[in-house]
Amino acid sequence: MNANRLLRPVIDLRGVFKTYGEGEAVVHAVDGVDLTVERGDYVAVMGASGSGKSTLMNIIGCLDVPTKGSYRLDGVEVRLLNDQQQSKIRNRKIGFVFQNFNLIARTTALSNVELPMAYAGVSGRERRRRALAALDLVGLAPRVDHTSAELSGGQQQRVAIARAIVTEPVLLLADEPTGALDSHSTDEVLDLFDNLSAAGRTLVVITHEEEVASHAKRVIKMRDGMIASDRRITDVTAPPPRLRQTTGRVL
Amino acid sequence: MNVAESFKFAWRGVTANKARSALTMLGVLIGVASVIVLVAVGTGASQSVTNTLSSLGTNTLTVRPGSSSGGLFGGAAPAGSGGGDTTTTDTGTSTRAATLTMADAEALSDPILAPDVVEVAPVVTASSVAATYESASHTINTTTGSTAAYLSINNDTVASGRAFTQADYDAHSRVLLVGPTVAKDLVGGDGSDILNKTIRLNGKAFTVIGILQAKGSSGQIDSDDRIIAPATAVQDHLSGYGNLSSISVKASSAETVNDAQTQVESILDARHHTTADDRDFNVSNSASFLSAASSITSIFTILLGAIAGISLLVGGIGVMNIMLVTVTERTREIGIRKAIGAGKYDIIFQFLLEAVMLSVMGGLAGIGLGYLICQIRIAGFQAIVAPYSVVLAFAFALAVGLFFGIYPAMRAASLKPIDALRYE
Repeated sequence: MNANRLLRPVIDLRGVFKTYGEGEAVVHAVDGVDLTVERGDYVAVMGASGSGKSTLMNIIGCLDVPTKGSYRLDGVEVRLLNDQQQSKIRNRKIGFVFQNFNLIARTTALSNVELPMAYAGVSGRERRRRALAALDLVGLAPRVDHTSAELSGGQQQRVAIARAIVTEPVLLLADEPTGALDSHSTDEVLDLFDNLSAAGRTLVVITHEEEVASHAKRVIKMRDGMIASDRRITDVTAPPPRLRQTTGRVL
Repeated sequence: MNVAESFKFAWRGVTANKARSALTMLGVLIGVASVIVLVAVGTGASQSVTNTLSSLGTNTLTVRPGSSSGGLFGGAAPAGSGGGDTTTTDTGTSTRAATLTMADAEALSDPILAPDVVEVAPVVTASSVAATYESASHTINTTTGSTAAYLSINNDTVASGRAFTQADYDAHSRVLLVGPTVAKDLVGGDGSDILNKTIRLNGKAFTVIGILQAKGSSGQIDSDDRIIAPATAVQDHLSGYGNLSSISVKASSAETVNDAQTQVESILDARHHTTADDRDFNVSNSASFLSAASSITSIFTILLGAIAGISLLVGGIGVMNIMLVTVTERTREIGIRKAIGAGKYDIIFQFLLEAVMLSVMGGLAGIGLGYLICQIRIAGFQAIVAPYSVVLAFAFALAVGLFFGIYPAMRAASLKPIDALRYE
């Protein structure tokens, strides 16, 4: 049972379609995608704007359901879930990192990181302990009481990463995580991702930047709602290709 | 998601835009305050009427001419001005002029036929009596002529000077007692200088022997704008020798007042040759008068409260309006919360709590304001804050927050996270 769980793919998309509109104006945003992502993989999904990568990311993140096809997230068929259950599965199994950080305004870094645990029903003391640990991990221990307005872009994104990993989700899903960051902050975030991957986390990063994709173990390119290429850089069990053991932190 | 956490989020929502929250609360505040104040005004008015009526004594009866079919207040109109003969035998005619005479009043003081009647005072009145003293003049609202017993029956006392006596009555003495309003109008100051002065009533000289204790005013009617003089003197000089306008009767106690009423009715029936069906007089009992008056004032209180309730409803709509704006404004935040795992009910609860917070805080402030306003005397009487109106207004404010919060909260919860996250 336990071994079975470990072998089970985190993402299992089969014949997934997503269409918008009707009749002549119909748009096939995702046009027949089969994709399996195994535990511990670090996947970069690339593609020009309009290639369907954002729609795919919404489907993978359980923010949207496919029009047709099957999507199993960690063995759970998402199409069969209602709104409330989708919220729960997002809370338990997925950690989101967005391009524009999406922190709650006028709220401290600590409260932001505690939030997913608050919705999961974790007790106050435990929540605080885990949130502080996650913030320490991303190097923001001295800034836990700052609100997002008092943090730089790079720092805000690190808070968002802390928030994404604090519930220990099976999947870390990042949508253009460095799109709004300068090169220094980009390096910080990518190093963090490398370390998380080395620690065994499963990551899916949506990006259009080659620099970001070069950190992944596997690069998927999308065009016209379909997977155009799927290239493996390193093995799933191997460390990510550009891991730098500089931080020395055990994740 | 625990309740304390939701409170924290809701509180943050309320304080995020303080001016707007304060203005929203103002709507509920005014609603709650107006419910409390208007109900308090109604209660105060009711209390004032009740006090005025019970100051007349709860063991008094008033006999007035005219049939009782005119209703409770029908007998109050000065009837019997026709001045027919009381000894008429024409009992079959209901249109016969109704009369009360001095002889009727004397007949009521009968220890055998009316054992529960302790005092009887015939009352004559004169209208629009002009009082003058030196250059000052004053038109008196109520001029009453009666016997010495009248004062005790009506719970009237003399503040300074003396009351007139049976001797004054028998001697047709031109003496009088004046109400404080009359005294102040004629001599100025606090009116006390009028004592033992001779004033003219419709040109006839009368001597002021006493000033009546102030009774205050109930609403628009000044109870102190009056004079009382011996009925004999009033008939001689002011009203003429017509019929009595009423007879005041005092029963031995509040318990015997109904027995006394029966005795009075049977004596007068015998004298007027009437029965219960064709009486040409009616006896009003101050106790029944009191209960009728208080039921009327309580209807007015409910009416006032209902009108104020409308403003509370309007305040509730204000809460809904602002909550809808808040939901739109925080669409993105809702999207983030849903993305990281907030369920439908977490969102509903958060926004509902925020709406309830606004209305409850407005409600509490409204209670405070209502209490403050009620400290002011309105229209000559003290508003009395009714505890039930406070509870009711607060509960209503809470209900308004819940009711008008549901729609915006549902709207927030039904937002799709993907759309909400994309919202700019």
